Amino acid sequence: MANFFHMGGYAVFVWSAYGISTVALVWLAVSSLRASRTTRKRVEALRARRRKEG
Amino acid sequence: MHRFANPAEFNRLADRILPWAIAVMAISLVAGLYLALIGSPPDYQQGESVRIMYIHVPAAWMAMFTYMVMAGASFVAIVWRHPLAELAGKAAAPIGATFTALALITGSLWGKPMWGTYWQWDGRMTSVLVLFFLYLGYMAIWHGFDDEEKAGRAAAILALVGVANIPIIKFSVDWWNTLHQPASVFRMGGPTIADSMLWPLFIMATAFQAYFVVVFLWRMKLEINQRKLSVMNRAEVYG
Amino acid sequence: MAAPKKSKGLKTRKRQRLVIVSAALIAIVGAIILITFALGGDSLNLYLQPSAVMEKQVPAGKRFRLGGLVATGSFHRDTDGLTYLFTVTDCAVDIPVKFKGLLPDLFREGQGVVTEGRLNKQGVFVAETVLAKHDENYTPPGTAPKNAEACSHPEALSALKKGGR
Repeated sequence: MANFFHMGGYAVFVWSAYGISTVALVWLAVSSLRASRTTRKRVEALRARRRKEG
Repeated sequence: MHRFANPAEFNRLADRILPWAIAVMAISLVAGLYLALIGSPPDYQQGESVRIMYIHVPAAWMAMFTYMVMAGASFVAIVWRHPLAELAGKAAAPIGATFTALALITGSLWGKPMWGTYWQWDGRMTSVLVLFFLYLGYMAIWHGFDDEEKAGRAAAILALVGVANIPIIKFSVDWWNTLHQPASVFRMGGPTIADSMLWPLFIMATAFQAYFVVVFLWRMKLEINQRKLSVMNRAEVYG
Repeated sequence: MAAPKKSKGLKTRKRQRLVIVSAALIAIVGAIILITFALGGDSLNLYLQPSAVMEKQVPAGKRFRLGGLVATGSFHRDTDGLTYLFTVTDCAVDIPVKFKGLLPDLFREGQGVVTEGRLNKQGVFVAETVLAKHDENYTPPGTAPKNAEACSHPEALSALKKGGR
């Protein structure tokens, strides 16, 4: 197990490459999904208001 | 083509594709990460540092693939004035910029221990940096114009002109001498990567591709709704 | 773009736009690639191979990057134990290199290097930095790479083909 984390002495480089990639890709996915949901809700809310106003 | 002209139709299609794309992404990511970090051998020259390849190479492939999606969408937008095509380019750009940044960062983290430097202005690295700036420029144009129609047109033209950079990236390692090594996978005479490393690479590439589809569809829905909002607001002001 | 004439149908206009945009795209992309070649030319090369150094007769004392393969059997330490001596070759021309400093992990005989420094009066390249290149091969330890012979390296081959010397 220690060997696995050691990465033959390249731990700093290997793990920071995987770490940075994970953070960037997760952040992009989550922020895209969130933004997509909030805009959909805003469209629906606006539509509902229009309908009420007639 | 005309069937996707309708945003409602597109949304239905996206909702049908999304669960499958998420499933493919999850499975290939788990399998790919296991193979990349544990199930594959170290390299005879580079030792364990070769594991950076399994994210660096898919990120670089996707950086170019996403650009072609963006440029293709821009072409359709200019020629057929297709509103969804314009939004497709806008949805793809941040994903491509992220892939490009990751290719540059992971490459640099790999270059330090192997080559002895984080960065050199060689043909490959410089042309990929240009790709990153093309993405940033494209996004900046969309933000910079108040008139969405003008913004879309200008951004699409930039995306099309920037297509010239794609063959430059691909062949930079053949046309000029570079620090970066020549192609290992898509080359004449077949790959020069052992099968025990090539398979993990392809599985990781599948995961990245599926990730693109998922995030791209989410962003498409976002852009469609945003366009709807701005149309509705305009109707409120003028109508 | 000029305002479309009313007599022309929507389809004709779209086809026209397709032709114009495609032609413009091909022209612009072609032009950019050509300009990159014409203006960039040599300066886009990161380093000179030994054959090119000889061909251009680079003067002693001029700073440049020298790249090629570390000749097999050429690597050794100088008597001070800190200076490394090796030969950089493209399988056509050999240039001796002297370097005092840290070598990257990938540095080994038969592999590519990119070094930056100057030629001295004796024709020895005094390097200030040494970067290691790796080739296109990836394989587990103890197995043979698929494209392995030192002088079958694509760069070495291209030097042989060009120079023939």
